[in-house]
Amino acid sequence: MTAVGAPLEQAGLRVGWLARHRIGLHTVLIILMIIWAVPTVGLFVNSFRPATEAFGTPWWQALFPPYHFSLENYEHVLSQSNIGTNFLNSLFITIPSTVIPIFVAAFAAYAFSWMEFPGRNILFVVVVGLLVVPLQATLIPVLSLFASWGIAGTFPAIWLAHTAYGLPFAVYLLRNFMGSLPREVFESAAIDGASPVTSFFRLAIPMSVPAIAALAIFQFLFVWNDLLVALIYISLANPDNLPLTASIANLVNSTGGGSEFLGAAAFISMVLPLLVFFGLQRYFVRGIVGGSVKG
Amino acid sequence: MADKLITAAIVVVVVPAVLIVYIWATEQVLRFLPEGRKPRVRPWLWLGPALAFLAVFLIYPMVGTFVRSFQNHPGTEFVGLDNYAWFIGSSDALSALKNNILWLVFLTLGVVGLGLLVAVLVDRVRYETIAKSVIFVPLAISMVAAGVIWLYMYQYKPPGAIQTGTLNAAIGVFGLGPVPWLQVQEFSVNTFMLIVVMTWMWTGFAMVIISAALKGINPELMEAARVDGATEFQVFRGIIFPLLVPTLVVVSTTMIITALKAFDIVFTMTSGNLETNVIANLMYAEMFKFSQYGRASAIAVVLLLAIIPIMVFNIGRFRQQEAVR
Amino acid sequence: MSRRFKWLMPITVVALVLGACTTTTTGDGKTVTVIGTWTDAEEAAFLAMVKPWEDETGNTVKYQGTRSINDILAAGVPTGVLPDLAGLPGPGQMAEYAAAGALKPLDDVLDVSTYTSETSPGLVSLGQVDGKTYGVFIKAAVKGLIWYNPQAHDYSTSPPATWDEVASMGAANMGDAESLWCLGIESGDASGWPATDWVENILLRQAGPDVYNDWWAGNIPWTDPAIKTAFETYMEVVDHSYGGGTNAVATKFDLAGDPMFASPPGCEFFQQASFITGLGAFADKTAGTDYNAFAFPAFNEQYAGAVEGAGDLFGMFHDTDAAKSLMKYLVTADAQDIWVQAGGALSANKNADSYPDDISRTMGGMIANATSFVFDASDQMPSAMNAAFWSHMVSLTAGQETVDEALAALQEVADDAYAE
Repeated sequence: MTAVGAPLEQAGLRVGWLARHRIGLHTVLIILMIIWAVPTVGLFVNSFRPATEAFGTPWWQALFPPYHFSLENYEHVLSQSNIGTNFLNSLFITIPSTVIPIFVAAFAAYAFSWMEFPGRNILFVVVVGLLVVPLQATLIPVLSLFASWGIAGTFPAIWLAHTAYGLPFAVYLLRNFMGSLPREVFESAAIDGASPVTSFFRLAIPMSVPAIAALAIFQFLFVWNDLLVALIYISLANPDNLPLTASIANLVNSTGGGSEFLGAAAFISMVLPLLVFFGLQRYFVRGIVGGSVKG
Repeated sequence: MADKLITAAIVVVVVPAVLIVYIWATEQVLRFLPEGRKPRVRPWLWLGPALAFLAVFLIYPMVGTFVRSFQNHPGTEFVGLDNYAWFIGSSDALSALKNNILWLVFLTLGVVGLGLLVAVLVDRVRYETIAKSVIFVPLAISMVAAGVIWLYMYQYKPPGAIQTGTLNAAIGVFGLGPVPWLQVQEFSVNTFMLIVVMTWMWTGFAMVIISAALKGINPELMEAARVDGATEFQVFRGIIFPLLVPTLVVVSTTMIITALKAFDIVFTMTSGNLETNVIANLMYAEMFKFSQYGRASAIAVVLLLAIIPIMVFNIGRFRQQEAVR
Repeated sequence: MSRRFKWLMPITVVALVLGACTTTTTGDGKTVTVIGTWTDAEEAAFLAMVKPWEDETGNTVKYQGTRSINDILAAGVPTGVLPDLAGLPGPGQMAEYAAAGALKPLDDVLDVSTYTSETSPGLVSLGQVDGKTYGVFIKAAVKGLIWYNPQAHDYSTSPPATWDEVASMGAANMGDAESLWCLGIESGDASGWPATDWVENILLRQAGPDVYNDWWAGNIPWTDPAIKTAFETYMEVVDHSYGGGTNAVATKFDLAGDPMFASPPGCEFFQQASFITGLGAFADKTAGTDYNAFAFPAFNEQYAGAVEGAGDLFGMFHDTDAAKSLMKYLVTADAQDIWVQAGGALSANKNADSYPDDISRTMGGMIANATSFVFDASDQMPSAMNAAFWSHMVSLTAGQETVDEALAALQEVADDAYAE
């Protein structure tokens, strides 16, 4: 890096260009952020208004006096009879359903990236191709399987299902990442006598942390927000194990009333996935892989 | 209570432990094999769990679906290609297919394009985490909530009444009449409005992945180019973009498949009415509402066939990637 | 590495064994599992309804409410993973589940003669397949009521009795209301159903119950002149509705009546079922003073007393003793009285009379005493036909299709759907 010794004119030119372009940069970003935030803000504001106002008048009117904010929507959602249990169930369902596919996919991705065997590419493409299998097409056959194994409605059953559903994408993403890691690192480790297991845990995994973090965020999110899989595999056999999403769906009754609570419910439900997102942000820093991607 | 505590313990401790033990155990098992055999057996042990899961939960049902697609409604006899003929002959199905193509093109372009833009820009500002969070939040909202939010955004009230929908209120400021966004079939405006909703949700997805890949690019490469007088745009085009291409392929492929499977937004917001229908909604209706398993299965098989070109493209890319490595 | 992980092995084995001990529970002798579409306040009403039975028998009812009963039962019936009792989505699905052998016949469970005498005849036959009873109604609703705001004009003493009277009296008393009718047909996945109610009620009173029943059974083509006339009458309503068809398609059905209470009012009349009293602006208002209703007007003198109704159908999947006992209890007047008292629901049992207000009582009487009673037509059609009906009503109302185009398309679907 020779920035320090750069000619003065060149430095001056660059700073000027950068200064001008940074305003452009910030403007574009801020505009995007506003566009992205407005819809959510609308729902957020409405969630603090009673139903008659929320439906009858536009949400930005609530920002001017007279202020009619109330917590009644949130109170209603939180006072649902099973909400505590269902929240716990969501945790019991989501955490293993995130952890297991990451491990299983990591093993497979490592094999696809760094082990030679016949049919490797075709098999990989088949795995990725399974991304397109529609979830609904698997529900009835798998429920039958669960029923014949006697585990319908249990947590382990749903862990297995979510793991399988999350695997195609997880393998795809991790293989892409692991495959772009530098060959020399693994070769020298092998020369030093490291077993593949050691290389995997000591080299591949630490270097793949950003991809694993991304995967963890998404898998957690999708399982946390899932309703259909939980409904089909759990409702019929053991409704005590239903997750939070089921409680939220039930806020709207059979004739359609109650939709005013969905906003409050959405924000309550969103807290945990956002915490996970923030918590894993520190793994998205430059330097962990540092220099691994070849020019 | 003890039941729940045991579950909690299993969840937190045992599950990761079992997985680690498995892979360690495979290495022990391999010890018993001659040196030459090890590298041929090992990949299958590593792939084993993944393949087992996929075989049971995805492949087995799909095979059943494939067989079912050649059977009649009650599943008692084989009717050859009747279900496929129905699909091709049904104007509803063809209209849905046309919409899926729109989804495929514009959702992918939108999500990948915007995701790339945000990931690259956000890398250079100090409020990176906040900006990323704002773009990410829509993905954290469930599909149902997203539907509710955008039903508000697109809401229509008769001309003259107060517009409660954000979009109609915004254009009302410029004197433009309220538009029933989800009803305008001309030029597929209503389908585009639905694509906008999904783009809004999924840009965060592309952004997170591209951002992760971006962080892996050696900063020295970029600095060296800048010192040599390259503009930011040239740095992007010459260094950053080429290195991101594999990741962009992954994200694009995933988004194309997501577009083909798009269901929740259409289901919640328009139920497929007024020419907004999509294949996945059609399949859901045939399977769960009309109990037409044969037809639903045919649709699923068509979806599978539709992604073959994309998969072929991906194989080509892997071969390229490996030749370079 | 290997030393570090050796201690994990025994823990793994122990935990796996323990893990296998998270068992599932199904209804045993003392618990009855029930799945229904009622959630929130409706769920509370149902639980209140079964409480006396629980107290008396010492059994427990494990109820689970869900909006996706269709999906759940569609997966449950082929796999055999089912609750003891369930609310059934409709007579069409009931017939399908019975044909699949999943539903148990109720003839040995209920005292059939008492049940038949206590329940409106129309509702009894709807729960039967091939002469056997598979489903019973534990809640009912009347469709095709015309709601109005008595503060604007009071029709309670002399309501309009014919369609022409509605037009003339309506026009005369409109005041500063913007239009005659309020209309809203948006309803998520079921959008279009309020419009089908319109067509059904019009057809019933224009052409009579026989044509009506032939129509949903698929014995008359959609292109028949009687059907076409009914559709055209509906399009007249759309023309005279607040905001027109565009607004109707964009407005949710439960909020569509709100303009009636605004000042100036958006409309004078609002056609909806009896359960609207718990929704939208109706929920906060008082029956009689703030809102009232009269029966759907007649077109043809001879069909004047006809009533269209709907209801919540219930069936049994496992015939355990406790389940049978609960089923028997649910059809009694005492049980249905409890729900009726909570409001927003009518009883299928003629002897239930704990209605919270006169309007509900009148509506309950309509079901019990109708000269001819028919059930919601679209609910009885094959599901593919039903879905197409809803969908084309949306296109029609939005002005994207003509009546002829819609009817031709519907006939195409009918040719396929009824062929099974």
